[in-house]
Amino acid sequence: MSTFAPAQPVTSRLTRTWSGRRRWPLVSAVGATVAAALVLLPLAFLVIQAQQSGWGEVERLLLRHTVVVLLWNTVRLTLACTVLCAVLGVGAAWCVERTALPLRRLWAVALVLPLGIPDFVVGFGWVSLEPGLHGYLAAVMIMTLSLYPLVYLPTRIALASVDAGLEEAARSLGLSSWQTFWRVTLRQVRPAVVGGCLLVTLGLLAEYGAFEIVQYQTFTVAIFTEFKLGFDAVGACALSLVLVLVSAAVLGGERALAGRGRAWRSGSGVRRIAPRVSLGGWAAPVLAGLTALSGLALGVPIGSLVYWMLRGSSSTLPSSSILAAVGHTAEFSAAAAAVSTALAVPVTALAMRHRNRVTLLIERLAYLPMALPGLVIALGLVSFSVRYALALYQSSLELIVAYSILFLPLAVVGVRSAMGQASPRLEEVGRSLGCRPAAVWRRVTLPLIAPGLGAAFALVFISSATELTATLLLRPTGVNTLATQFWSYTTDFSYGAAAPYAALMVAISAVPAYLLSRRMSTLARMRPET
Amino acid sequence: MSRLSVRDLWKGYGKRAVLQGVNLEVQPGSLTAVLGLSGCGKTTLLRVIAGFERAERGSVSLARRVLEDAHTFLPAEQRGVGYVPQEGALFPHLTVEANVGFGLSRRERRGHAVDELLEMVGIAPLARSLPNELSGGEQQRVALARALARRPHALLLDEPFSSLDASLRTRVREEVHSLLSAQGVTTVLVTHDQEEALSLADDVAVLRDGVIVQQGAPADLYERPTDERLARFLGAVNLIDADFKDGTARTPLGALALRVEQGAVGYGAGVVMVRPEQLDVRPRTEGADGLRAGLGGRVEQCRYYGHDALLHIRTEQPNGGEVLLARVHGEQALPVGTPVTIAARGPVTPLH
Repeated sequence: MSTFAPAQPVTSRLTRTWSGRRRWPLVSAVGATVAAALVLLPLAFLVIQAQQSGWGEVERLLLRHTVVVLLWNTVRLTLACTVLCAVLGVGAAWCVERTALPLRRLWAVALVLPLGIPDFVVGFGWVSLEPGLHGYLAAVMIMTLSLYPLVYLPTRIALASVDAGLEEAARSLGLSSWQTFWRVTLRQVRPAVVGGCLLVTLGLLAEYGAFEIVQYQTFTVAIFTEFKLGFDAVGACALSLVLVLVSAAVLGGERALAGRGRAWRSGSGVRRIAPRVSLGGWAAPVLAGLTALSGLALGVPIGSLVYWMLRGSSSTLPSSSILAAVGHTAEFSAAAAAVSTALAVPVTALAMRHRNRVTLLIERLAYLPMALPGLVIALGLVSFSVRYALALYQSSLELIVAYSILFLPLAVVGVRSAMGQASPRLEEVGRSLGCRPAAVWRRVTLPLIAPGLGAAFALVFISSATELTATLLLRPTGVNTLATQFWSYTTDFSYGAAAPYAALMVAISAVPAYLLSRRMSTLARMRPET
Repeated sequence: MSRLSVRDLWKGYGKRAVLQGVNLEVQPGSLTAVLGLSGCGKTTLLRVIAGFERAERGSVSLARRVLEDAHTFLPAEQRGVGYVPQEGALFPHLTVEANVGFGLSRRERRGHAVDELLEMVGIAPLARSLPNELSGGEQQRVALARALARRPHALLLDEPFSSLDASLRTRVREEVHSLLSAQGVTTVLVTHDQEEALSLADDVAVLRDGVIVQQGAPADLYERPTDERLARFLGAVNLIDADFKDGTARTPLGALALRVEQGAVGYGAGVVMVRPEQLDVRPRTEGADGLRAGLGGRVEQCRYYGHDALLHIRTEQPNGGEVLLARVHGEQALPVGTPVTIAARGPVTPLH
């Protein structure tokens, strides 16, 4: 490196790149590589499967009229739901975080809770009460009500961390409060909003249970039907490839929308916190809106569950099977949440701190599983284990790995929004105070991103506890989770018997969803008492 | 007491060269200000010394220990260099106490060390506050106490006062100065404020285009800048044509003594630098013309600052005259249009 000499341009360029690049922390690199490898595993299976049956066959399967119908169905549903979720999510987040809303804490929790109700339970709730509900509009409504918290939650976390100084500067530059919201506040939380919308879109592309219930044909439903009922692995695989391409397009779009801005603030001082806006005359309409939203997203499904539990009490259940299902569900979900969060940290850290083509690609890859139906990931793992690791086949470990891959994107979103808070400047100061990088990580970075890690863990836990499709395929023989037991009762139209399982799933998810809101109090602690 | 030496330091980002062979000597226990415009590489220089970035070439040594050269690169935590970034960069999740004790061992933290530091910088009552409850000046003091806690061999301050308002800035500056002299810690302070650099530092180094163009005692730099740009950077100047002869400069203001060693300036035409405070300005009473030596002129503009005033005076010369700047006592501020005579108090510095 000492050979650098300004007189020799070639040498200088080489040495400059070498010495200028900071070395990747080894642990992060290993973690991110593992994450990328896991994510690519199911995809590799898709391609291998298609290759073995021949591309001509795949082509024949794809050039069917059904495929066009499926594509149209999927696209129009995705567009409508994503836009609705963005509007509802940002609006609700802003009301809770930035206005003097009555019963703010209660709303904060109530608005996250629909995340704890699986989409297929929401579908079950509506359809079991109103059997005539099916088709496009039913699908849009049910999916919007289920998925808007995916925008609401990251946006709220981001809004809580926005530096008020920027908004005040905008106001002083002559912008109205509405313009300030549009051009400054929204800009700052844009990565969070776009990240949330991305999850909504990809979640829609991957959903199976709810569409099955409202009889709306999307790619995922068709894939499941072809594989499970038609035993047509090649057809399922061909359709999956189209779905992967659609998702790839969505991922590309997100990249363009999120922009290049980094989330941390330009200054390194302590951020100022915005005062809450008084709602004034808007209080009534806002409260009415939030009540309606919570009523439809939370009240109807819960009400329906209560109704069926009261009505179906005649069918007595062996309580031991419920307990076993609870135990399995909690065990698998907690393990998966820990693994996903642990993998998301190096992926995000590298993408934000050592931004280059490779690390960005890895971060993109981490989002991919949301676009792959749980079914495809499950099939990928089955194929892998059958060929290379028979001991894994239908083991709980395989199911945990499947969950970890499937919900890695959720963990990445949670960790990413927190990582923006841990300025590299603070880490440098820690180093200059005599701490090794590992100690700085433990004493500075970790406490700062802890709320985000908690959020990531909770998101993965909730999603795993209510996952249906992959679980149906991968669960160890004789082991039932709440979701699979619920599904087998629902498909038999034993709504009364199914309801307690759904209620338990909701209860299990409600705890993390509640904790998630409590986590926000870490941020609130830094808020001066008002 | 540790000497800090920076030799031939090069550092760039992509194609942009920032430091292009910086040489800097900081005497043990002294405070050296690195003065430069924003974007001149001041912060980069500090970051390299602190070990946050690696230089492409050159060496840094502190207290007879090589921190960085072609073969060595000590990581930041092993350098014994304290760093106070702009606006403090306090850890937002830790109390003032925990921030200050961050660099200390568990045992040291339990003792009185932290209390003493807080006492020293005058923020003991705030020990249990969180950083966002502090004012800018308080945050700055916490950051300073935090950096001093480990008794660093050298302390780096990156524009530490720029985020403070003017009255507070002067006070905090004074406090920091007395604190640092009492501690006797070798300090490098980076600033774009020449007044701050001149008034605070034992030694001022001007960083321009990636090199240190001049380093010296404040008065030295102010009185003997090596070129015109530097002269203007450190304060207002009048450039006056002169003929050099026998160690004096003959100017329209009269013959002035030169501030250089005998023989350093030869003969011939040139320019001398006269600071505004070196000009004597007196109102000219009618009829008394010619009685007093000096150049005639008329006040064109008067900026009153209280403690002093800056006059723009157009000289009465055949070529239409030129504008000279003169700094006078506040009570000597003159109304626009007043006829005056101007004389200069030597010695003056020739510029090239």
